[in-house]
Amino acid sequence: MTHGILSDILDYANRANPYPLYEELRRTPVFHDGSGPYVISTYYEIQGLLHDPRLSSDARNLAATAGDPLAGEAEEEAALPPSFLKLDPPEHDRLRRMTNRPFGPPHSPRRVDGMRDDLRAIVTGLIDNLGDPGRIDLVDQFAYPFPVTMICRLLGVPREDEPRFHVWADTLAASLDPDPDADPAERQRKTHDSRMELGMYLAGLIEERRKHPGDDMLSQLAAGHGQDESMSTMELLSTAALLLIAGHETTVNLITNGMLTLLRNPDVLERLRREPELAAPLVEELLRFEPPVQLLPQRTPLVDIEVGGVTIPKGSSMWLILASGNRDPKRFENPDRFDPDRRDVQHLGLGSGIHSCFGAPLARLEAQLALTELARRLHNPRLLEDPPPYRQNAVLRGPRHLRIACDEVRSA
Amino acid sequence: MHEVTLDHLKREGRIVVVGASLAGLRAAETIRDKGFTGSLTMIGDEPYEPYDRPPLSKGVLLGKSTAERTALPRRRAIDAEWRLGTAATGLDMAARRVRLADGDEVPYDRLLIATGVRARPWPNAAEGELDGVFVLRTRDDGAALARRLDAGPRRVLVIGAGFTGSEIASACRERGVQVTVAERGDAPLVGALGGVIGAVAAELQRENGVDLRTGVMVTALEGDSTGRVRAAHLSDGTTLECDVVVVSLGAQRNTEWLAGSGLGAGPRGIACDAGCRAFDIRGIVTDDIYVAGDVARSPHPLFGYQFLSLEHWGNAVSQAETAAHNMLSVSTDRRPHIWVPAFWSSQFGVNIKSVGVPSMGSEIMIAQGSLAERRFTGVYGYQGRVIGAVTFDNARWLQFYQQQIETTAPFPVPFPTVDRRPDGHRPVPADFPDPSVPTHGPTITLSGYSPADRRMTFTPAGH
Ligand SMILES: Cc1cc2nc3c(=O)[nH]c(=O)nc-3n(C[C@H](O)[C@H](O)[C@H](O)COP(=O)(O)OP(=O)(O)OC[C@H]3O[C@@H](n4cnc5c(N)ncnc54)[C@H](O)[C@@H]3O)c2cc1C
Repeated sequence: MTHGILSDILDYANRANPYPLYEELRRTPVFHDGSGPYVISTYYEIQGLLHDPRLSSDARNLAATAGDPLAGEAEEEAALPPSFLKLDPPEHDRLRRMTNRPFGPPHSPRRVDGMRDDLRAIVTGLIDNLGDPGRIDLVDQFAYPFPVTMICRLLGVPREDEPRFHVWADTLAASLDPDPDADPAERQRKTHDSRMELGMYLAGLIEERRKHPGDDMLSQLAAGHGQDESMSTMELLSTAALLLIAGHETTVNLITNGMLTLLRNPDVLERLRREPELAAPLVEELLRFEPPVQLLPQRTPLVDIEVGGVTIPKGSSMWLILASGNRDPKRFENPDRFDPDRRDVQHLGLGSGIHSCFGAPLARLEAQLALTELARRLHNPRLLEDPPPYRQNAVLRGPRHLRIACDEVRSA
Repeated sequence: MHEVTLDHLKREGRIVVVGASLAGLRAAETIRDKGFTGSLTMIGDEPYEPYDRPPLSKGVLLGKSTAERTALPRRRAIDAEWRLGTAATGLDMAARRVRLADGDEVPYDRLLIATGVRARPWPNAAEGELDGVFVLRTRDDGAALARRLDAGPRRVLVIGAGFTGSEIASACRERGVQVTVAERGDAPLVGALGGVIGAVAAELQRENGVDLRTGVMVTALEGDSTGRVRAAHLSDGTTLECDVVVVSLGAQRNTEWLAGSGLGAGPRGIACDAGCRAFDIRGIVTDDIYVAGDVARSPHPLFGYQFLSLEHWGNAVSQAETAAHNMLSVSTDRRPHIWVPAFWSSQFGVNIKSVGVPSMGSEIMIAQGSLAERRFTGVYGYQGRVIGAVTFDNARWLQFYQQQIETTAPFPVPFPTVDRRPDGHRPVPADFPDPSVPTHGPTITLSGYSPADRRMTFTPAGH
């Protein structure tokens, strides 16, 4: 186990505000305390590494001795083959390309935009049902159900199955959020069971979609395109599981961090209420200021590489602290200031290079709609506790609850 | 003419930009960004406000966009006096005045020349004027060609398989129009990317139904009695029936208007220093005349101070910004234009990008991906260092190779990479055409000995 600053970053006590730790880290752009991972915290170094073909995302290239305190989590996916997130080209490219076909341009340029009405309807429905304006938990009542409902629509999960789906999704999400007080064996068993059940459910759904294809992504993925461009059932399962988990774990945090930031910057919240077109630049700045994925813990060099004067040996574990790069004063003026008018906002919040966030267009749209609607409909909203209680997870960082109150929920 | 101080220049000086297109516009915007409040005049011989050319051979020919909708987005208001549809016809360097076609003269304190290039016309003027014969450089060219493609021609002949010619052929195929490409070299794109990549481009064209003919020249175009083009004669003795011909033989620099001005302007462009200041004919740098974009030729420290002329969109933008910055700065604040050349193209559904100067490379290795899958990164080596790189549907890696070029990293690329295939471990000759054999470029020769009778002779493309 690591000591000092790395354990401080993982330490729950620092979850609400890890930024001072990142600032300290940046004094040593490539930090290594002798045994653990090599930690990269400065913008240009991270940006360069994300485009460096000597870096692998495939855990099989990790040396047995890499000593990564976050490595345990990878094994939980073992029930399925690694998703393209954890593969290198050419496998990565093939799977990502096929997954993109029903999702984005050039084949499906209108998929995401075509979901606008659906998204708006879900947001409206959730806000309508917030109940007592004096005690709203924005995570449980809004930020969580929104993306799960959406990903179900996208994949083509039938409405009546959504409750079952939610339970699995919750369990799997919890597995990414290790609770130090829970019995690890028990948690692992529950995670494994959920994964199996979800896998079997998806396998059944895929069979069904092969026979009766619909307009959803699973149908289109299952149909394949030509001989060399179709996914095996196992590949399809891990891709679907990846879309499910990545597709909402991050959006929950993006929306919650967003509302938290807005409530801490009431002038910006007020501006958003009056100028909904602020949503797009505001979400970009949010991805810089409070990115839902704080760090990428799964990179390893295929050969000894030199970064910022430090040689990182082949097979080492590396952490790229995106959230720290995003606040690097060498790259951004006044980095600790939340400024939606910032013009030059090439952040690392969605990664960069071949593994840059696959769901970015959807995540952006979801966050833009959600925040605009919340700003518009919550009258005089305020935080009931600041900082809010955070989730355990240091990688996918965000509040576990966001308790707020407002005078009134305006009608739609 | 008295020299104005920088402060005075910024407040009430006169800046004139000749060439109101990409480089001209971006320079003008930068000039205002730098706080210039004096008078700014934009002179352009085309009647249109600045527009973007890359879409002309892509979206416009496909009917996805129209030539009228290519106006360049404005980064800011520039509050300029526009003299559009008026060519500059001369320059009086001593009096600091630009002469216009309408007889006017415009005085300047600082001049930026961004007159770009024009399409090299078909060498036989009468044949070139046949109805159905096109070039593609301007908005009008794009609109006219798109209209003709809309009408459903029986066969299009594209002469020259460089980037523009290949993009035109691609657009034809995407529209289902029969197209023949005639190329004097051994493969498409061979001049820019060499024979190894050229072979991939050739395969790409043939697979997409292009009738690609390499190693041939078009020797004559033939019209019917109404003056419409009907056939082309090829050097291999064949005749090809076609009702549209696109001449895509590269470009000529728009420098004729500077003849006799004393500025170092000629068929190869206007030579300037790394700070974008133009040279006069004596090779002495001027203080008040700057150059940017396709018309410029500037030395690049990274490439042995070679004078590079780049017909690249990104170069035009970056060089314009540098020129604008420098013309409003004292000498110690000036910046060099050390932009690493970068280019993109899209054809036959493939996204092609390059950085550095691939054509300087003697060898190439496929560092990632595979030629057979047409998804790869090719790295060019020159005297033991990385000098350029090209990607086919692999652009996200390019930034890394750009850094390798910038840091003069060793070649062959010694380290393993993700997606390195067995055949990518060894470099092979990049296979550029022998530079001593003329392709479509013009030839320039010098003759005479004494400074007075030393002459430069310009021989247009080798027909
Ligand atoms: C069809 C096409 C496709 C392209 N695709 C790509 C691509 O995919 N990627 C890429 O990197 N680049 C591409 N380019 C190149 C890119 O468009 C040029 O590099 C860029 O336009 C250069 O800008 P410029 O301002 O230097 O010159 P230009 O755009 O040529 O502008 C010069 C202007 O000056 C005017 N002018 C000339 N002489 C005079 C005079 N005496 N008086 C007044 N005005 C004058 C000209 O009419 C013109 O309007 C493409 C070009 C074309 C034509």
